[in-house]
Amino acid sequence: MRKPLFNGKTRWQVVVAGLLLGSFLLTACGENSPSILNTFGPVAASESFLFYVILIIATIIFVLVEGALIFSIIRYRERPGMPNPRQIHGNLRIEVLWTVIPSIILFIVLFFTIQGLVNVATQPTSSNTLEVRAVGHQWWWEFYYPKYNITTADELHAPVNTIVQVDLYSNNVIHSFWVPALTGKTDVIPGHNNMRWFKADATGTFLGECAEYCGAQHAHMAFHAVIQSSDDFNTWVSTQQQAAVTPSFALAAQGKQIFMGQCTGCHGIVGDNLKGYDDPQVKCNDPAIACLVGPNLTHFGARGLIAGGILTNNRDQCSPGADLLRRCHLAQWLKDPQGIKPGNDMVVNLTDDQIQALVAYLESLN
Amino acid sequence: MATPVIGNATTTVVRQKRLSESYVGEWLMTTDHKLIGIMYIVTGFFFFLVGGMEALLIRTQLAAPDAHVLSPQTYNAIFTMHGTTMIFLFVIPVLTGFGNYIVPLMIGARDMAFPRLNAFGYWVLLFGGIFIQSSFLFGAPPDGGWFLYAPLNLTNAGCTVHATACTNGMNADFWALGVLMLGVSSIAGSVNFVVTILKLRAPGMSINRMPLFTWMVLVTSFLLLFALPSLTAAAGLLLLDRHAGTHFYQYAFGGDPLLWQHLFWSFGHPEVYILILPVFGMISEILPVFSHKPIFGYTFIAWSGVAIGFLSFTVWAHHMFAVGLPPIAQAFFATSTTLIAIPTAVKIFNWIATIFGGKISFKVPMLFALGFVAMFLIGGLNGAALAVVPFDYQVTDTYFVVAHLHYVLFGGTVFGVFAGTYYWFPKMTGKFLGERLGQVQFWLMLIGVNLTFFPMHILGLLGMPRRYYTYAGNLGWNELNLLASIGALTIGLAIMVFLYNVIVSLKNGQVAPDDPWDAFTLEWDTSSPPKKYNFLHIPVVRSRRPFYDKKYPEIADWKTVIH
Repeated sequence: MRKPLFNGKTRWQVVVAGLLLGSFLLTACGENSPSILNTFGPVAASESFLFYVILIIATIIFVLVEGALIFSIIRYRERPGMPNPRQIHGNLRIEVLWTVIPSIILFIVLFFTIQGLVNVATQPTSSNTLEVRAVGHQWWWEFYYPKYNITTADELHAPVNTIVQVDLYSNNVIHSFWVPALTGKTDVIPGHNNMRWFKADATGTFLGECAEYCGAQHAHMAFHAVIQSSDDFNTWVSTQQQAAVTPSFALAAQGKQIFMGQCTGCHGIVGDNLKGYDDPQVKCNDPAIACLVGPNLTHFGARGLIAGGILTNNRDQCSPGADLLRRCHLAQWLKDPQGIKPGNDMVVNLTDDQIQALVAYLESLN
Repeated sequence: MATPVIGNATTTVVRQKRLSESYVGEWLMTTDHKLIGIMYIVTGFFFFLVGGMEALLIRTQLAAPDAHVLSPQTYNAIFTMHGTTMIFLFVIPVLTGFGNYIVPLMIGARDMAFPRLNAFGYWVLLFGGIFIQSSFLFGAPPDGGWFLYAPLNLTNAGCTVHATACTNGMNADFWALGVLMLGVSSIAGSVNFVVTILKLRAPGMSINRMPLFTWMVLVTSFLLLFALPSLTAAAGLLLLDRHAGTHFYQYAFGGDPLLWQHLFWSFGHPEVYILILPVFGMISEILPVFSHKPIFGYTFIAWSGVAIGFLSFTVWAHHMFAVGLPPIAQAFFATSTTLIAIPTAVKIFNWIATIFGGKISFKVPMLFALGFVAMFLIGGLNGAALAVVPFDYQVTDTYFVVAHLHYVLFGGTVFGVFAGTYYWFPKMTGKFLGERLGQVQFWLMLIGVNLTFFPMHILGLLGMPRRYYTYAGNLGWNELNLLASIGALTIGLAIMVFLYNVIVSLKNGQVAPDDPWDAFTLEWDTSSPPKKYNFLHIPVVRSRRPFYDKKYPEIADWKTVIH
């Protein structure tokens, strides 16, 4: 990468200082990143393994070729009184040699590539398989569990050490499903019901991102892959299967009324305006049936993210009070969704009092 | 002025100057390949500045997390226009310009085969470029990415069963119509190059003796002729979908969004080589001259260019590894992508062998050419990494890809274009570009390009997707993004130095002789700048280095080598 170093010491110092600075930066950043090298499952692991294979090969080639380049630059620089060089036009033997050697190296890499390709493509057959339907909306993710008939948004729950088969569905534009720690990308294409499988080795919460440009708020289409122990997962499923709880206090009851009056055009809560969960693929594929524009909010209070991950759901800051709008992200969202996420579909006009009530109700749904 | 006597009256007939004889008129009405070439190059550099400012806006927005320099809609329009401008309005015009200026001179011709078609190609390009850029004035700049994927590029009504946020305004129409116009220009230019190169070479210049730049322009022209129909079809179908109610890209009515991707990339990947092959040619001209040696492995460099040309039509779906193609298809495209790396590697080795054992003089063109080799190697290696399909699943559509394509197109193409600019500027203008300022520009650019694009590899590995108008501050991406933005400013500074250099050199630059670099090819056997007719006598060619032969008859190539 570095080039003519023909002016002696100072340039070497620059190079060394630059490399040192670079390595400091490398160690400094990336601790909380959704890094593809910090993997928690076999799919991502075999993908990152191939990174190391190619990194080693590429580094060797890089050093050799740049080395040859820099050596030639320094060794054959023009010096006073230098005679004209011999006029060499080529050498067939060398040409064949350096056609064959990179070919061999490249085909070794290709072998690894195809092996990894098959690994990642082949979903292990297992009775212990969870099927999830991931639906790409503009700009948030919906997850539907056909086996349990439940729907959630912004959070993909799955048990640890289980094969998760994600059916990818979009009725709008192309999105791409990606959880760097667990699996690489698969595009979510209207009319192509792609599938992606993964398995998580450890419990934890992993960031998922949309990776195909899908319009104004492509940057805010994140979700959390929440990997739980199978007990926790089963508990979660049984909670989700219940209808929304009846408000236990007056403010929340008032919030429920506001929801029923103003929000049901786009959102649904099982027990309020919905009788049960729907399979979004069935509903949203039919032009004659309205499919919900916004997320199903039945157990909103238990979720970690709001509106495609643009805000976290900081529930503990959302108890009613005069400074609610300063503390509580949900309240801020309800106040000005277009200011926070310009271009999204949510249009509301709520007074601060209504927001207090609505926040109390939604956060009570867990 | 004659004073004819008619009858008994004396009249003075004054011949009025035609418009084409005035300074401005000459530029407007010229069919001279050299003037058209310069107009292409100047136009290209103008759009380079436009695209560069867009790049700086992008880097300003991304310098810090949660920034509000640009609104999401504006950001999306800016990155779309950055790509569109750089690819269609900077690289292609500039390379066409160099081809226009240099190729006829190199092959000992007096002009292109079809001078009027040549002028037509330029003017269509200029108006096409202005048309696309004018979308900003209508408040409807294209904002679907330079690849403009379906169905996001359709109108809301045509987009989905439940109309959502697609492209309702004229944004996509500007793109589709503009690209069609630029396609017309490229077809006109390519036909012209093919005929010129095949029919107008000087006596004795067999195909096997053509300068490598000419070779690569020939290959590129064929690529354009075969690749553009696909883009034309894609854009045409898009316009039908948007305005005539067809459903080529609409799945709900039996169309397919992936049709767009296949059409677009079967243009788009040859396009990548269209953007780099002529630069390979320039480098293959410049490295030998400043090493005082002939190019090493002429035949291999020429035919590896041809091989790349053919293979470039078989690799398009490596842009689409994540769309869910069957594994066997993915394996096919991984293999073809692996194959195309081989001729590319051969070229790099031959370039290094050319300078190996030479006598290297570090004039600015040579600095940029060497910088090209060093940077392009990185772009080749991280490109080969992207062909490792499972790894590609992780890094496609992340900043790793941004790093790769910019090492190829900036570290590669732009360095090459500057090498060519510094190399041929004396021929075109009769003045040298300032050496000192050139060195400053080179070092700023070399530092800038690595500072900007190297951190992007790591950002990609750390999971930062492309085309995000902002990012949260807690994901570990802040420092690297700031670094990249500082690098972008450095590049901006380098370009300012270049502009200053051009202005100063045109005004008070050192006067260039006809053959300032002791070069090998025929364009240097003309005056600087060349006369309208280029050559008084069409030269006769007996080897690959005709001008070298003429200057050093006692050690001429044709006496020692047979080719």
